Amino acid sequence: MIAHAIFFYTFSIIAVVSAIMVTASKNTVHSVFFLILDFISISCLFIMIGAEFLGMIMLIVYVGAVAVLFLFVVMMLNVAQQKNQWFAGQSTSKHIPVGLIISTLIFFEIIIVIGGWKYKPEIFDINNSLVNTSVSNTHSLGQILYTDYIHVFQISGMILLVAMIGAIVLTFRQRSGVKRQSYIKQISRERVEGVEVLEVQSNKGVKIDD
Amino acid sequence: MEYLSIVFQEVYKILFLLVPVLVSVAMIVWLDRRVWAFVQKRQGPNVVGPFGLLQSLADALKYIFKEIIIPSSSNKVIFILAPIVTMTLALIAWAVIPFSATQVLADINVGILYLFAVSSLGVYGIIMGGWASNSKYPFLGAIRSAAQMVSYEVSIGVIIINVLLCVGSLNLNDIVIAQQKMWFVIPLFPMFVIFFISALAETNRPPFDLPEAEAELVAGYQTEYSGMMYAMFWLGEYANILLMCAMGAILFLGGWMSPIDVYPFTLVPGAIWLILKILLLFILFALVKAIVPRYRYDQLMRLGWKVFLPLSLIWVVLTASYLFYFNLLPVN
Repeated sequence: MIAHAIFFYTFSIIAVVSAIMVTASKNTVHSVFFLILDFISISCLFIMIGAEFLGMIMLIVYVGAVAVLFLFVVMMLNVAQQKNQWFAGQSTSKHIPVGLIISTLIFFEIIIVIGGWKYKPEIFDINNSLVNTSVSNTHSLGQILYTDYIHVFQISGMILLVAMIGAIVLTFRQRSGVKRQSYIKQISRERVEGVEVLEVQSNKGVKIDD
Repeated sequence: MEYLSIVFQEVYKILFLLVPVLVSVAMIVWLDRRVWAFVQKRQGPNVVGPFGLLQSLADALKYIFKEIIIPSSSNKVIFILAPIVTMTLALIAWAVIPFSATQVLADINVGILYLFAVSSLGVYGIIMGGWASNSKYPFLGAIRSAAQMVSYEVSIGVIIINVLLCVGSLNLNDIVIAQQKMWFVIPLFPMFVIFFISALAETNRPPFDLPEAEAELVAGYQTEYSGMMYAMFWLGEYANILLMCAMGAILFLGGWMSPIDVYPFTLVPGAIWLILKILLLFILFALVKAIVPRYRYDQLMRLGWKVFLPLSLIWVVLTASYLFYFNLLPVN
């Protein structure tokens, strides 16, 4: 149990500290690296409470894909301007009150939501809980997602699909004058179309590029 | 005291796994160069030790005694962290590889997800190295590899789903045992081919070695690295290649299972079979390096997104419908 507690506190302290450092560090790329550290320590916490599937999915989706795209964008910023202006600059300090107001609002909203949350009384009874200990948690997640919540699950998938198509449509632009490679055309070319043997007459030459 | 003895036991097990992995990484570099040389009708490294077997050790010794140069305008912490991250990620993945039904360091429920997660984290070593070098070529190499590895991960993920549909478990040992009657390479052969090519792209091997394309980018993200730090990138890269070969062997070639389930073959320990299968896949990797020219970057992206992803998705639908129609879905 002691080892469990040590690991729990290590991971949670790393998670909290790196979450603070995401906003506090002056270099934006460092912020993203702290965000990744945060994701990793939270997935470790997931694994510690026995939710190994969620922990691994967290690693694959957030750390393996989302954070890579974050880094991809942030790295493109000019290295010389990579100072987080929030804490450094005097000129931007007028944004601080607005930020404080928004964050206090969100804080109280979270308190209201969590405080008003009503649990089913049988959830606290371990014998009666939804989790079936004889089945691995991947199986039980699948059994719940694909039976009771199948519609919600499918709708969330559709929303993601719509968001993806929307992003593609918004950023897609057709440029004219771009030469595109057509693989079928290249492969299906015969020698007859590609090669032409010409008689070259002395002092006259041939015109080839038309 | 009890804790300590457990810790020592685990450390002993880890060492017993990692030291052979590191030694085989060194050997595999030699094998790669030999195969490459034989295809091109050269001798390859054949001077140091018998058949040149100790060439990699000599190289490593050379790297250890070289000076480590850290560029003055680099981001020093991340610059030093990058090779460490690459190396660590390449080695921790070996924890879940089963060498027989019982010989596995961590027999976890979600083994294949762990492997996939760790191999998808591999991109960070490259991005960190490329960005922290604060130089043009490493940066371009890092950006290329980020895009490339994220795209090919997607198709590897979908291929893993194909295998999982036939197995019904995320545990690597269950995946191996499910192939007792027939290796998955037979019913899922197109997926094996796509997995092999995606693995080449995921590990930045030729013909997809654009992050370090020497003709355009000097050495890509490794340009500013020297001495032991360069050697660590290099070790991590080859450990990753071995890992991808092990993943292919486990998913498609029956892992530690003997090819024929007859008496003299079943006597051979599972670890030997797994190593032979890994070697077979690695020699294929090395042959591809020797005979195929490098892809252009847009062709690489097109292959990943427009060819492999739709193909593997269609195959998921096919596999699922086949299993459902013939009532073969693994339900437990």
